[in-house]
Amino acid sequence: MPEINGQFSGQDASQALARQIEQAYHNHTVLNITGGGSKAFYGQHTQGEQLDATRHHGIINYQPTELVITARAGTRLSDIEKVLRENRQMLGFEPPGFSPHATLGGTIACNFSGPRRAYRGAARDYVLGSRIITGKGEIQQFGGEVMKNVAGYDVSRLMCGAMGTLGLILDVSLKVIPLPEAERSLLLECSLEQALNYMHRWVQQSLPLSASAYLDGKLYIRLASNEGGIQQAQQIIGGDTIDENFWHLLKEQQLAFFNTEKPLWRLSLASNSPALKLNGETLYEWGGALRWLRSDESADKIRHTVETLGGHAIFFKNNTQQIDPFHELSPGVQALHRQLKNAFDPANILNPVRMYADI
Amino acid sequence: MKKQSLLSRLQQILPQDAVLHQAEDLRPYECDGLSAYRQLPLVVALPDTIEQVQSILRLCHELDVPVVARGAGTGLSGGALPHTDGILLSLAKFSEIISINPEQRTAIVQPGVRNLAISEAASEYGLYYAPDPSSQIACTIGGNIAENSGGVHCLKYGLTVHNIQQIKIITIQGELLTLGGSGLDSPGYDLLALLTGSEGMLGVIVEATVKLLPEPAVARVILAAFDDVVKAGEAVGNIISDGIIPAGLEMMDKLAIKAAEAFVNAGYPLDADAILLCELDGGLCEVTEHVKRVKTILDHYGATEVRVAQDENERMAFWKGRKAAFPAVGRLSPDYYCMDGTIPRKHLPEVLRRMGELSTEYGLAVANVFHAGDGNLHPLILYDANTPGELERTEEFGGRILEMCVEVGGSITGEHGVGLEKINQMCVQFASSELSQFHAIKDAFDPKGLLNPGKAVPTLHRCAEFGAMHVHHGKLPHPELERF
Repeated sequence: MPEINGQFSGQDASQALARQIEQAYHNHTVLNITGGGSKAFYGQHTQGEQLDATRHHGIINYQPTELVITARAGTRLSDIEKVLRENRQMLGFEPPGFSPHATLGGTIACNFSGPRRAYRGAARDYVLGSRIITGKGEIQQFGGEVMKNVAGYDVSRLMCGAMGTLGLILDVSLKVIPLPEAERSLLLECSLEQALNYMHRWVQQSLPLSASAYLDGKLYIRLASNEGGIQQAQQIIGGDTIDENFWHLLKEQQLAFFNTEKPLWRLSLASNSPALKLNGETLYEWGGALRWLRSDESADKIRHTVETLGGHAIFFKNNTQQIDPFHELSPGVQALHRQLKNAFDPANILNPVRMYADI
Repeated sequence: MKKQSLLSRLQQILPQDAVLHQAEDLRPYECDGLSAYRQLPLVVALPDTIEQVQSILRLCHELDVPVVARGAGTGLSGGALPHTDGILLSLAKFSEIISINPEQRTAIVQPGVRNLAISEAASEYGLYYAPDPSSQIACTIGGNIAENSGGVHCLKYGLTVHNIQQIKIITIQGELLTLGGSGLDSPGYDLLALLTGSEGMLGVIVEATVKLLPEPAVARVILAAFDDVVKAGEAVGNIISDGIIPAGLEMMDKLAIKAAEAFVNAGYPLDADAILLCELDGGLCEVTEHVKRVKTILDHYGATEVRVAQDENERMAFWKGRKAAFPAVGRLSPDYYCMDGTIPRKHLPEVLRRMGELSTEYGLAVANVFHAGDGNLHPLILYDANTPGELERTEEFGGRILEMCVEVGGSITGEHGVGLEKINQMCVQFASSELSQFHAIKDAFDPKGLLNPGKAVPTLHRCAEFGAMHVHHGKLPHPELERF
């Protein structure tokens, strides 16, 4: 396969972005980092001068035989996925976009992953390296384009899910994986208890699972292998074949379940946690480790219930009462967050309050 | 005097036999797997409860005493080299597997549990722990996390950072913190990732929840011989671009093949310039088809011989040669020095050629063992420590190999860590601003700089001194610093 290095267009705005941040650092100007706006609903809103990361866009390097793609943060996720697909490769974490304008930078800053996550890893698992701008306007590079690199602290992964509060992500290098030779989606009607049982049993066997979900008495399973492997697994799992578009609708939250004005919570906890005693409707993903809850229960009750199981709850959408979107941290961990924030962004100008009030 | 007061305070925390301070008791702790560096600690502490670790770290914090955590001491970069004025904190007594949860596919273990012991315990559920460093029979999970250890199965199953879910650490202030969670993610910053591979600089790991995987239904290994290393490298790229991710993809050069064959009779072809070992695992249908495709690719790209292991015995024999490669090379020479650079795979021919030139220049032979799938080189430099100056020449040669890895876009360490060994090459890999950022992260956790001081991240002054000796392309690195 030929190298594709060099044939991509794009724009390198790193110097201009660094200058804007450096100036903001000197003037103590709060910056609100924006990309395609697809995740503006997520977290709290930062009031401040706009820092438009979409000015910095384009794929920098993609070599299918090296299983690595490097792109600027403002590159549209859909452009990356298209190029990968043309080379029979993909992003293993199957990120949601929530809009055609979604960018790579926003996806990594939120550490968003889709249905494949439970079986192939999260966004942070695929990050090999990054270039960032700190809160002082310094451009720094960590990790690289190689699969293994343990030189220095893993700052690239630290940026995943930090929502821009530690630095502006400029470029990201990601490991990519081959497209599965074949995929098949299956539907089984069963009770919740049965569904959780099935998912726990199957995950202990060497089955080619690539997604799972449960909603309204229906268990959805996706298999990824070659044709023979899928047939073999289907004999164990059973069920009827359905259209694979289900997973796209699930990932992009376009299923009817998500069409609600009720508070939408994202619960992350041990996969074998029992059904939670909370009012509302639940959609299960990731073998039971991710649960979407539509509920009017109080934030305290939801958080307490999930916390006792070692998990955490994010107020994902429809947060009209300005409740803290993210789960409270233990005092010691919270103190480390403040100290790390200070290490990267001493003037507290990068997306303050977007995640937590004090960082 | 300081030693006496430290000892008496330690003896209030630990039973008498858990505090070692006589020279003969300290001797076993003087080095880790990088035995070229040796140093006795002031005292060795062997706690067996979390509370004891907390008390020890609080004491260190109060008295400004450096502390170096140690697992099995198998590390290859001097990361567990003791501090002459400090406590060597052994986690060896934390050797219990607390629980295995097959439904969650996790195991909760203490840091002193051996890597292989986790898979052995999980096997009754048909599960295993994927990262498999060569030292897995001895190395412990606490050290694996501190170093972000890899192994031959990384390309498909990831490094340590991909296979742990939660850790409990003690900070230098003595506080017990939980990072990660019971689910697949946790709130706030990814401190679990930050601690993984932090080489004992940020906290002491006292418990880990690791992820387990189902044992694959089938595993097949293919051995291919090549009369040219470049052809072998091309074959690797083409296997991957064909959409196949092997469970393991290893390359050995002529010298490594010879050494391994003489040592364990693995059945390797001795006339080959390079061999590839390609393991495919998964369901029967998929593996059967992938074996066929890989064979076709290997033939097409000029393999002189392709053999598929016919049974489990032959498969183990093929791997035995690779896994014994280090000690096998050790038999060729009084000493060997194992390097650990990574490169983008496409640069392999150039890097091997230049390494050959350096080998001639230094008059030191090199055997090459290569995690070909993920670009991780392990050149083994053969030398004799009893020949005056030869160790120094070997270190310089090794340093130049690592600098070459950086030059082609790779890294000075893929899985062994920086430790003390590669601290100078950190100045080549990173700019001053990035090194300062690392120090700022360190300060966020350990403002007094007591956890494993002097390792992993060089001071800018050290880089300035090192840079004065290594001028690249006529440019001084770290030009903003005054010279000594």
